[in-house]
Amino acid sequence: MKNVDYDIIVVGAGPAGSTAARYAAAGGAKVLMLEKDRDVGYPVRCGEAVSHEGVAQFIKPDPKWIASSVSKFRLIAPNGSSVMPKLDGGGYVLERRIFDYELAKLAANEGVEVITKAYVYDLLREDGKIVGVKTLIKDQKVDIRSKIVIAADGVESRVGKWAGMDTTCHIRDMESCAQMTLSGIEVDPDVLDFYFGDEVSPGGYLWVFPKGNDTANVGLGLSVEEAKKKSAIKFLHEFVDRKFPKAAILTHIAGGVPCAKTNPEIVKENVILVGDAAHQVNPVSGGGIISGMIGGMIGGQVAAESILNGNVAHLREYDKRWHKRLGWRHDIFYNIRNAIGSFDDKTYNNICDSALKLPEDKRTLGGIFRAALWNQPSMILDVAKVFLQ
Amino acid sequence: MPQPHLMIHIVPGKCDYCGCCVGVCPEDAIELMESKIALIEDRCTNCRKCVWACPWEVIEFHREGVGHLPKHTPQMLNEAVKF
Ligand SMILES: Cc1cc2nc3c(=O)[nH]c(=O)nc-3n(C[C@H](O)[C@H](O)[C@H](O)COP(=O)(O)OP(=O)(O)OC[C@H]3O[C@@H](n4cnc5c(N)ncnc54)[C@H](O)[C@@H]3O)c2cc1C
Ligand code: SF4
Ligand code: SF4
Repeated sequence: MKNVDYDIIVVGAGPAGSTAARYAAAGGAKVLMLEKDRDVGYPVRCGEAVSHEGVAQFIKPDPKWIASSVSKFRLIAPNGSSVMPKLDGGGYVLERRIFDYELAKLAANEGVEVITKAYVYDLLREDGKIVGVKTLIKDQKVDIRSKIVIAADGVESRVGKWAGMDTTCHIRDMESCAQMTLSGIEVDPDVLDFYFGDEVSPGGYLWVFPKGNDTANVGLGLSVEEAKKKSAIKFLHEFVDRKFPKAAILTHIAGGVPCAKTNPEIVKENVILVGDAAHQVNPVSGGGIISGMIGGMIGGQVAAESILNGNVAHLREYDKRWHKRLGWRHDIFYNIRNAIGSFDDKTYNNICDSALKLPEDKRTLGGIFRAALWNQPSMILDVAKVFLQ
Repeated sequence: MPQPHLMIHIVPGKCDYCGCCVGVCPEDAIELMESKIALIEDRCTNCRKCVWACPWEVIEFHREGVGHLPKHTPQMLNEAVKF
């Protein structure tokens, strides 16, 4: 390794880290990105669904990282009835092991240096000030200095804690997840399936996201508060045994998604948090790829500005811009998440029935939302705020 | 040596290294690397949040203490390959 200092060190090479690094370097900073795993993009702990609109703002959609293009959702109620609204603008099921790789390449093209198998085990301090990170690179201890540290270290984030921010996710908000990639099954390659109800995932949902017409990511998440009673892996095994008994299991993973409001603190001194580390996940869907990239982009831009004008206090601007762009929406989605979390099977069945009574062309996500409101009037105010602003 | 009060046990060889337990631990008492996981025993308060969070049921709670159970540490891996 070259014996140099960096303006910015990014910890973690997921979508949030690579995007932060890319925009920080594009803004003129000298950036190093460190990843603990041997490979960028692997292992994949993700359902891999994104909207076209979300992803296209960062990278041109490319068949080499798209497993399926989808145009519809199917929402399946506990009694088996279902509605199938259109997905506005369409979406994709990704191959994240290639997608994450491409995002890291975009960062590298801006001049970012990348080291894998580089585990950050502490912050480096001098006279009480944070001056970089302590790492274990291929089992050698190496201290690396930088003016700013961007923590993009995912759901398992610890960097923020070392900087003095409380990033612990409340067990009510953490979704405990299990997923298998199943092959040799029949799926509709154009449709994202969501199953609801106590049998599959109380308070959460189970997804079947197609990767072609014979393979799919089948997984579920449920609040740790629920997982106390029965674990994610048990729910998943039961569903797969019932629904896809003959499937070949190509991957099998555990995971966690912090479905909380944005962490109260995402900036402290010269450290900022982006992505899952900052709890920048849509609390209703649990989707965190695009929102983490948006957090990463804003964080990277503000960090570069801080370097150029030599003023670390400017990092506060990141918190403001994040909340203006998405944080405020996530606050509202969080309240909706709590309302949905209390739905029982009867409520889901009623919502589906009401939606099916709508004329076909009105069965949009908005129409179904209105049907849901009919069953849960307390949500009206929160939803109105989301759609009226 | 395990703390005499310790009741949390990470079952050797079962973990998927996903980080869900780390995300809910209020004491920063879990160290997670690419394919290593270890409890930082003197920080753990036996609160059980990691036990509930783990999607794969890797972490166990033993009211009677864990002193007698095998540990999953890098040293143990080395010992395992020595035979
Ligand atoms: C089962 C499951 C299904 C999901 N499905 C979807 C979905 O369909 N759509 C969607 O949008 N989102 C989904 N998500 C959420 C999405 O995967 C995350 O929000 C997203 O990956 C967050 O990106 P990130 O860059 O913040 O973190 P990550 O992608 O987790 O990247 C963090 C990186 O930091 C590295 N790291 C951690 N600690 C250190 C350290 N100390 N030193 C060095 N490196 C470190 C990690 O190895 C990792 O590579 C799902 C999540 C799960 C668990
Ligand atoms: S029991 Fe509580 S303090 Fe101990 S490791 Fe688990 S979550 Fe952390
Ligand atoms: S939650 Fe379970 S599988 Fe995931 S890292 Fe912790 S112990 Fe391992």
